[in-house]
Amino acid sequence: MQVRVKIRRFNPEQDAQAHWREYTLTAEPSDRVLDLLHQVKWYRDGTLTFRRSCAHGICGSDAMTINGRNRLACKALVKDLKQPITIEPMRGFPVVKDMVVDMTGFWEKYRSVKPYLISAEPLPAKERLQSPCERERYDDTTKCILCGACTTSCPSFWANAQYLGPAAIVQAHRFLFDSRDRGAKERLDVLNASSGVWRCRTIFNCTDACPKGIRVTQAIGQVKQWLAKVRLSRRKSVSKTVLSDS
Amino acid sequence: MGPRSVIRHRYDAVIVGAGGAGLIAALEASKRCRVAVVSKLHPSRSHTGTAQGGIGAALGNLETDNWQWHMFDTIKGSDYLADQDAVELMCQEAIEVVYDLEHMGLPFNRTPEGKIDQRRFGGHTKEFGKAPVRRSCYAADRTGHMILQTLYQQCIKQEVTFFDEFYLLDVLIQDGRCSGVVAWCIATGELHLFHAKAVLLATGGFGRMFSVTSNAHTLTGDGCAVLFQRGLPLEDMEFFQFHPTGIYKLGILITEGARGEGGILLNGKGERFMQRYAPTLMDLAPRDMISRAIYREIREGKGIEGKDYVYLDLTQLDPEIVEKKLPDITDFVRTYLGVDPIKNPIPVQPTAHYAMGGIPTNVHAQVVIDERQTPLSGLYAAGECACVSVHGANRLGTNSLVDIVVFGRRGGRSMAERLHALDWPTLPEDAVARTQETISHLCESRGEESVARIRTDLQQMMMLHVSVYRTERGLKEALAAILDLRDRYRRVSLQDRGLRFNTELQEALELGCLLDLAWVTTIAALSRTESRGAHFREDYPARDDVRWLKHSLANLREGEIVLSEKPVTISRFQPQERKY
Repeated sequence: MQVRVKIRRFNPEQDAQAHWREYTLTAEPSDRVLDLLHQVKWYRDGTLTFRRSCAHGICGSDAMTINGRNRLACKALVKDLKQPITIEPMRGFPVVKDMVVDMTGFWEKYRSVKPYLISAEPLPAKERLQSPCERERYDDTTKCILCGACTTSCPSFWANAQYLGPAAIVQAHRFLFDSRDRGAKERLDVLNASSGVWRCRTIFNCTDACPKGIRVTQAIGQVKQWLAKVRLSRRKSVSKTVLSDS
Repeated sequence: MGPRSVIRHRYDAVIVGAGGAGLIAALEASKRCRVAVVSKLHPSRSHTGTAQGGIGAALGNLETDNWQWHMFDTIKGSDYLADQDAVELMCQEAIEVVYDLEHMGLPFNRTPEGKIDQRRFGGHTKEFGKAPVRRSCYAADRTGHMILQTLYQQCIKQEVTFFDEFYLLDVLIQDGRCSGVVAWCIATGELHLFHAKAVLLATGGFGRMFSVTSNAHTLTGDGCAVLFQRGLPLEDMEFFQFHPTGIYKLGILITEGARGEGGILLNGKGERFMQRYAPTLMDLAPRDMISRAIYREIREGKGIEGKDYVYLDLTQLDPEIVEKKLPDITDFVRTYLGVDPIKNPIPVQPTAHYAMGGIPTNVHAQVVIDERQTPLSGLYAAGECACVSVHGANRLGTNSLVDIVVFGRRGGRSMAERLHALDWPTLPEDAVARTQETISHLCESRGEESVARIRTDLQQMMMLHVSVYRTERGLKEALAAILDLRDRYRRVSLQDRGLRFNTELQEALELGCLLDLAWVTTIAALSRTESRGAHFREDYPARDDVRWLKHSLANLREGEIVLSEKPVTISRFQPQERKY
């Protein structure tokens, strides 16, 4: 079948600003948008630039905005898309070239939530035990492939680039709800800060955008509830201290 | 375009590649010295992330198991070409390394008592081949993703230094010593010269030389090819594994874990054909055997509707098991085929999956350069790019993950331990000259050839003649074609001549690597006149231990490939006929 594709192009070495280029391609209905991009790059215009690697939704390299929605180019199929198919870089990150964006800020926020297991408890000779039920509590957020589709679909992030964003909160959730982790205190300040979880307005764009089907908004909600509980218990302990002092 | 600017760095150790092997090596080495990790992808994009079914270790959490059985299975699976001392270490250390991963936070699936859950996998048995055993420790069907994430998380915790999206161009070797690497920053186009006392390559495999592959687009064997161009040997390159269950036409992997959970293979007549080929293990026979069986069924006209695929049938499984334990492959099949694996069988065909061969190393992950196992000072390799050899002629499922964590860790350790005794090596005076020349040749060439066309021709030729079944005639045809493609490659020209994020230049460099490695693979396959593991010669269908119980080594000498041999280490298990 014939497919019309409109690609947002920007080459910093040539262009003052981004512009749209249109291509008509021959493709199968089951082809991925990534196949279309390859067709252009390999047979029409070698300067077209995008990241990609595994081509089946695991590595998280090729998140971009396709027909106005954030998706992985390797998981969006021609047959499911209205034509012309518009392809542009994710919104909210500086564009390096064509679909390639600068994710430095994204990785900084990822690191800021301490995305690793924190525990000083002595380790057993074998594995620590964790029940299937405890494992289930954080299962959803272990699926994250750090593609950035959620964060760059979030209006709160568009409005304020300081906001941690859904992806970093998902990572925090993965550890906060892991029965083996003891790092809650260390993550509290960054999550509770003005640029933390409270900027989330429950718009659900992130959940829509997630190519792994993670219930992102729900995870953020659970982090909020956890924070609210911590705040409450803090206030209680503060008032207790005040009482005992008087 | 004039010479590119060169930025210099100095680190005690440089690790190239940030998949499982590179990351665990970095964790080990950076405890003791200054380490930089140079990777062409952001670490979390590495191909380790696509491993699905599990990591093998004889924990015995669900039934009795021990590492000697794992060792035996690995050696038998390798068709007796694996070095048994290395396999022994790997199967022993697999156990502690899995516990270490759990301690780092890896979210394994759990048994009702809270232990790490284990599932069956191809070729893994109890009591030296009697029946399948539950040995694969897994996290749904995204075990590799969890390993990659966990190791990267630990690297962040340990503040490891990364150079992300840096492409390896050269490994500097002079007077029997490695002195560093040259890499190219993809974002800016600058060259970076890393001066180092030790270098570890963990650059992965090269399945992209075939048209149907489970491998990522970026798996182009850069580390192997650079060393080969530098005159170092590659070992056992004729052995390339085809995984039996790739999604039809796309090659995307469907884990063996699907059969471990009870899935079966069916031909066009609805027969469970593996019963005929491997009466004991059936659908859980090793990959080389199942891939050959599928090809044979297809040749006999017993593919589905007579076509070139068979069915992987999961419809008799409990739907909850499919959704819970195999969620990713269920998603792939629904997304790419529009098929619901709970209700309908999945069309599959063998897909190029894993390079058993690669850079020869010893059990300390030191690169060795001859049949006497002489190490090259300061140079290490681990993971799929390396050949220890623990996989011999055919790797067992789950053992790639075991290999990367066991030998990545060993490499990181031995590199850091040996560093202190070493002086700083002298950098060659013209350290970047060769690299500058390669890049400017590609950027300035006005030839008429395109990277994509040469690559497609290569992949189709390799699939046709150098895949599951091989013959002298086919291999010779492939060899002639590859030499012609190498010639065409010299006339390649690029449209993108810019400095910033020039992925067209990257693809051209990667194609150069693939052409070299395909050439070596074909020459080695032509030379080995027997059938062993994944290397099956229709004109020599039997294994020939008298002539060929040997590793092959391939070196580039004055523009030609010279083959030699290296003995196999056999300690505990004498070669037997391989039946399942």
